[in-house]
Amino acid sequence: MTAPTVSLAGVAKAYGTQRAVSGIDFTMAAGERVALVGHNGAGKSTLMKLILGLIRPTEGRIALLGVDPAGRSSGAARMAVGFLPENVAFSPSITGAELLAFYARLKRQPVAGNAALLARVGIAEAAGRRVGTYSKGMRQRLGLAQALIGRPRVLLLDEPTTGLDPALRQSFYEILDELAADGASVLLASHALAELERQVDRVVVLNHGAKVADGSLATLRRFAPVSARIRLTLQQCEGAAPPAAIAGNGLIWTRIEDRVWETRCADADKLAVVRRLLDAPLPLADIDVVAPSLDEIYAGFLRHEASP
Amino acid sequence: MRQIGIVALREFNDGLRNRRVVATTLLMAALALTLALLGSAPTGTVGVGALSVTIVSLSSLTIFLVPLIALLIAHAAIAGELDRGTLLLLLSYPVARWQVLLGKFAGHVTILAVATVIGYGAAGLALSYAYPAADAAVAAFATMVGTSILLGAVFVALGYLVSTAVRDPRTAAGLAIGLWLVFVLLYDMALLGILVADQGRLITTGTVNLLLLANPTDIYRLLNLTGFSNTSLLAGMAGLAGQLRLDRSVLFAVLAAWVCVPLALSGCIFARRQI
Repeated sequence: MTAPTVSLAGVAKAYGTQRAVSGIDFTMAAGERVALVGHNGAGKSTLMKLILGLIRPTEGRIALLGVDPAGRSSGAARMAVGFLPENVAFSPSITGAELLAFYARLKRQPVAGNAALLARVGIAEAAGRRVGTYSKGMRQRLGLAQALIGRPRVLLLDEPTTGLDPALRQSFYEILDELAADGASVLLASHALAELERQVDRVVVLNHGAKVADGSLATLRRFAPVSARIRLTLQQCEGAAPPAAIAGNGLIWTRIEDRVWETRCADADKLAVVRRLLDAPLPLADIDVVAPSLDEIYAGFLRHEASP
Repeated sequence: MRQIGIVALREFNDGLRNRRVVATTLLMAALALTLALLGSAPTGTVGVGALSVTIVSLSSLTIFLVPLIALLIAHAAIAGELDRGTLLLLLSYPVARWQVLLGKFAGHVTILAVATVIGYGAAGLALSYAYPAADAAVAAFATMVGTSILLGAVFVALGYLVSTAVRDPRTAAGLAIGLWLVFVLLYDMALLGILVADQGRLITTGTVNLLLLANPTDIYRLLNLTGFSNTSLLAGMAGLAGQLRLDRSVLFAVLAAWVCVPLALSGCIFARRQI
């Protein structure tokens, strides 16, 4: 196993008395795609700025490609980092190609490679136009293009898919896949959780500046304090109470529609519950087991934190 | 060095693109030509050269105009980029903050230098074509152009100090106008008032010297209006010049310090700045 590309140990950052993040331990390996998830103000952007060395931690240590990102010798590490800030903004009076040329020169990369980058994010035809005329989605893609300059080994993307339509989001995640396959670590801050399913290897949940969960989606599902939903459709159903066959067992049934009942049970128990339902003398028409979505898992973690 | 050059080039290109360079050059050329042509009319064929008269009037113009243009360009350099969100991305690149600051400085001073050289140069050429000038006057004119750029650099540096010290570009703009008012108008008025009130009892020549060095526009005035006998007579500064025991090299050194100290200070503030 190679050394982690990004590692944070006991990192805290306070602005005056206000703690932005605290007690963050977290590492990323090469080729890993990690989603950083949290509500607005949970500390996602602060964490990215810390990793970039734009601000210094009040406590703890940060290593980016083996060096302190806020230290004097961080130049080489920064060459290998791509960053897409939230609400990316550019000077409106220059063209996309000129802008990218400026950033490529700063990273000491050949400007000749820029045309391919612009084509890769799909704005090659707008390269000669002033950035001020770009739409939000085009600016976002230009932002992604600058982050991709020089095949970065670490990519930090803050809310990268805002302003992109579904097709563009898809191609955006395809680019991320290629980069990760190429060995880049990708850290993706987002609160659009639903679209992260299958796009990331790991999810880190932040709440009020603290890490509350870290693991693959499957792991999070298993340990999340949320439950799976089981939904039964019956052929016919009389009365307002659930049929006797499914009542009891400590499950609470709610009626969704005339013939549709739903209950929640812990993820670990769902198989047993389903088996019992299948064995029960019920006029079953259909049975659905809905795993909790990432949104529900996330909301579950937050609720869990709020009421310890 | 390379990174500074890249940032400087971008600032200059930005200046060309948003027509700042063109506007500044045209403004300075128009004013300089007006002053040169109008100002040379009354002298006719008297002993004083037209160029010397123009130096006096252009210097006075510079003291008002150049600091204003410099502060206008500089006050948003950091605060404005921070506000727009472009600074965050720039600083994530392998470029140190002092390199960003020096690069911007080089770019902005180049914009001012281009405007001054072309604008004033046009006036100087027009005049020397109409009235062939003495070599001394040409040297004085060249000094005037050079020190105008230096004065511009002082106020660019002061503008950066404001721009790094505050977060909001609007606050920076307000402070920049305040600086301009103080250095260009209020300081001299206050100094004059004090000197008149004091009647030479408490304030010695040495103190006056120090007080003049404390304002870059006064140093500029001393360099251009007392440096050459013709101009100093014309500007009515001969009396003052006779009293002052400041060497020109001292004046240049202090003016250069007025560039370096604010720039270094704003570099320190910027380095500690939370982005």
